[in-house]
Amino acid sequence: MKILVCVKQVPDTTEIKIDPVTNTLIRAGVPSIVNPFDACALEVAARVKDVTPDTEITVLSMGPMQAKEALTECLSVGADKAYLCSDRAFGGSDTLATSYILASAIAAIEEKEGKFDLILSGKQAIDGDTGQVGPEIAAHMGLAQVTYASEVSVHGEDVIVKRESDQGYDIISVRKPALVTVVKTAFDPRFPTLKSKMAARKVPIQVITADDIPNIDLSRCGLKGSPTKVKKTFTPVRNKTCVKIAGEEAAVSAAKLVGMLADAKVL
Amino acid sequence: MGYKFTEEQKDIQAMVRDFTKKEVEPRGREMDQNGWCHELYQKYIETGLQSTPIPEEYGGAGLSDVECAIITHELAKGDAGFAMAMEISWVCTDMILKHGSEAQKQKYLSGVVDGKLFAFCLTEPGAGSDAAGLRTRAKKQADGSYVINGSKAWITNSGIADYYVIMAVTDPEKGANGISAFIVDKGTPGLIIDAEEDKMGMRSSDTHGMTFDDLKVPAEALLDKEGMGFKMAMEGLDGGRVSCTAISTGIAEHALDIAKNYALERVAFGKPIAKHQAIAFKIADMAMYIEAMKLMLYDVAEMKASGVRCSVQAAEAKLFAASHTTQICLDAIQVLGGNGYSKEYNVERLMRDNKLMEIGEGTNEVQRIVISGAVLRK
Amino acid sequence: MQFEEYRNLWVFVETEENTAKSVGYELLSPGRVLADKMGGKLVAVVIGGNVKDVAEKTIDYGADEVILVEGDEYFNYSTDAYSYAMKTLVEKYKPSTILIGATNNGRDLGPKMACDLNTGLTADCTMLDYDTETGNMIWTRPAFGGNLMAMILCPDNRPQLGTVRPGIFKKPEPVTGKIGTMIYEDIHIAPENIRTKLLDRIKEVAEAVNLEEAEIIVSGGRGVGSPEGFEIIRRLAEELNATVGASRAVVDAGWMPHAHQVGQTGKTVSPKLYIACGISGAIQHSAGITGSDCIVAINKDEEAPIFDVADYGIVGDLFTVIPELIKEIQKLNA
Repeated sequence: MKILVCVKQVPDTTEIKIDPVTNTLIRAGVPSIVNPFDACALEVAARVKDVTPDTEITVLSMGPMQAKEALTECLSVGADKAYLCSDRAFGGSDTLATSYILASAIAAIEEKEGKFDLILSGKQAIDGDTGQVGPEIAAHMGLAQVTYASEVSVHGEDVIVKRESDQGYDIISVRKPALVTVVKTAFDPRFPTLKSKMAARKVPIQVITADDIPNIDLSRCGLKGSPTKVKKTFTPVRNKTCVKIAGEEAAVSAAKLVGMLADAKVL
Repeated sequence: MGYKFTEEQKDIQAMVRDFTKKEVEPRGREMDQNGWCHELYQKYIETGLQSTPIPEEYGGAGLSDVECAIITHELAKGDAGFAMAMEISWVCTDMILKHGSEAQKQKYLSGVVDGKLFAFCLTEPGAGSDAAGLRTRAKKQADGSYVINGSKAWITNSGIADYYVIMAVTDPEKGANGISAFIVDKGTPGLIIDAEEDKMGMRSSDTHGMTFDDLKVPAEALLDKEGMGFKMAMEGLDGGRVSCTAISTGIAEHALDIAKNYALERVAFGKPIAKHQAIAFKIADMAMYIEAMKLMLYDVAEMKASGVRCSVQAAEAKLFAASHTTQICLDAIQVLGGNGYSKEYNVERLMRDNKLMEIGEGTNEVQRIVISGAVLRK
Repeated sequence: MQFEEYRNLWVFVETEENTAKSVGYELLSPGRVLADKMGGKLVAVVIGGNVKDVAEKTIDYGADEVILVEGDEYFNYSTDAYSYAMKTLVEKYKPSTILIGATNNGRDLGPKMACDLNTGLTADCTMLDYDTETGNMIWTRPAFGGNLMAMILCPDNRPQLGTVRPGIFKKPEPVTGKIGTMIYEDIHIAPENIRTKLLDRIKEVAEAVNLEEAEIIVSGGRGVGSPEGFEIIRRLAEELNATVGASRAVVDAGWMPHAHQVGQTGKTVSPKLYIACGISGAIQHSAGITGSDCIVAINKDEEAPIFDVADYGIVGDLFTVIPELIKEIQKLNA
């Protein structure tokens, strides 16, 4: 069985601070990590491999050369092979263009290595939080998709997915091949072992450029292939002064507070 | 620090740092209250880190004292007692690696790779740093086996170990040269684990006294030859002192981290206390000493790794790191004020943990004897 | 692409087991404003098993028109059936903009539609606007864990798609007896073309403590007075569909399990709304909550440090204030 896991290298958004003077993000010194949801997707794949040892796990990322670090990390916790999609022509892509590029790259990898039975990714990346690239890869490739999976198991030709829903969860079955996106799982991703860590560094990471993808339509890549444009970004201003309601009857205070929260769209 | 770690060493450092942050540090306070955490140990051995110094032919990673120092250093940033429990096992594997028979290596080194743990039984109720004053006797029998009688004190891992390296006198006439080392498996009749010590710090490690009551061991239990024990123990202490340096350095960095974060958040007289010079300068001193500790640590680890005798440097590094770290912990408590005095904030624990580093593997005074002895040698 | 052909603003009203998700109705609020601004109609799209009543309701909530697609295959959501129906409808009617509630299903459907229609999708919007000059929607959404807001346009493709977080907009006031057009569309998909199968559905009501991911947290501190006092905190939390948090003092006293502890030695949280009841706001607690979008403090002591980190505060006894708060929230949600 062949599983592909799509991963993204992201800044650790929990470490991002706001410059109180310029009100901009301080990105310097923020560590880069494997998107935590993607790490869960990889763990899901590794668990399939635990019970089905002849499983091969390939990881694929798109980004600058620096993203090799993230792939090496994946190689130390279950992945067997790694590919990095990296080309200037891919820069500035929105989710539609990114998913087109990745779907094209996957086709190129499959050409070489055979079809994947299952493609996994995190439900979203913690920097962009869009959750679109996974399902869009499925759409480009014509695959069935199941999103928000907390558990995945493979039974012959069927993939059984426990999918989060509003009231609990659904158990969904889908035939291979399919694409599944994964939420934060109940189990933590495994730690590397000393040996897997040392071995990971020795696995070459294969870089895929636009030239390596036959028939890729460059007009669908990068900025010009992106239907959405970022007009501007800004940091939300935090109102640090407390609006205090004092000396009022409880009912009046409560009404005032709820009114203000509703106006501020908090409620 | 200018010390150049290899890419592989950086990988290991990152790996242990991550493990420490996620698994060790969060358990620190609980282990301080409840002692040894087997669950943590299970997670640790799943990573295979315990096999770092074991040669590849016995299933290990075949790495050097530098990698071991990195691991001990990083673990100690989360919990010093756990770091100590792990490194003490390596003191024993190091002896077996250098002095053991092929059969001993096969059994014990592979055992450690599989998650078995060692205890090093040197200290006695009446003999600590003067190892030559040991009273535990091992009497050779007609069939070549030995019968060991005596008692030990302050033996780390003694309640949880699978294997014990026991130092005992085989020839009382020869003084230090009459001491031999034996490897004994847990559960051997006559190997008695006494009550657990109720310690000031390092409470996550397991410490008991031990009694040997006609403990009969076969001739194959002897490590190297009779009379080699003292030499091995002294070599072992060199390694132990490098590890102590790593542990104290880790504790100091943990203390600085807590103090720094607190000082940046806590406001007094209208500004974060970090902006008050009295606090800022304390932080500066902590950082300076930590930098020096790291330099000494990786310098002496490198010496040991390349086989250079480093008793004096190990003593200097340990004395420097242990004594300054106690002061750093006290300063960190002071930075946190009342909160520092509360167990909630973990700094008081660091001080209690580090105090052992001024006592174990030779007290500060013993390190000074070693250092001054070398300096004043004619 | 002929932009003039693309008119009207659609709101996809999601149903599950014949019941509408609230966010679908909520989106008719901004939908009304935006449709008026673009000079188009506000059209609700209702897909489901047997959901005529939902379709009728959308008219009451302000839709000019509703397109209704019914069929057994739509009783439960599936990507294949829903995206097929939506694609068919969009190609026929050519809407300019489609708003979709950012539920799990909405966020599953949106990207599939974006690919099928080769257009742009902006996820999880919190603010919506329309530029009358260019005819572009201005989608505003948070990124980097809420540290950054981004304004996104989709200038060259139609329709423009966006998912919108539930709870951002209020449901419009319903007007009964309002006249609107109901269009039935007979769209069906063969069962074998639905590649996912729902084997089982498990509904969970168990209270899970997931403070890190909670959208709203109601926390109690020493001011709650006793373990029994926490009942009122729980009631407020229930009303807001929130997770219950606790200060260190309360956990140490054994009133609440440690899993609920918020603060430096508990969980660091970043909900949209954090309500601190009877919590003084020691540094160890406040350090764990400053990532919250909005902090509300209720405390008897006007000088309590919690007010320094709060956005809104009520100085008063939580036991008299909270019951009133619950009433007000019920009114708001009614």
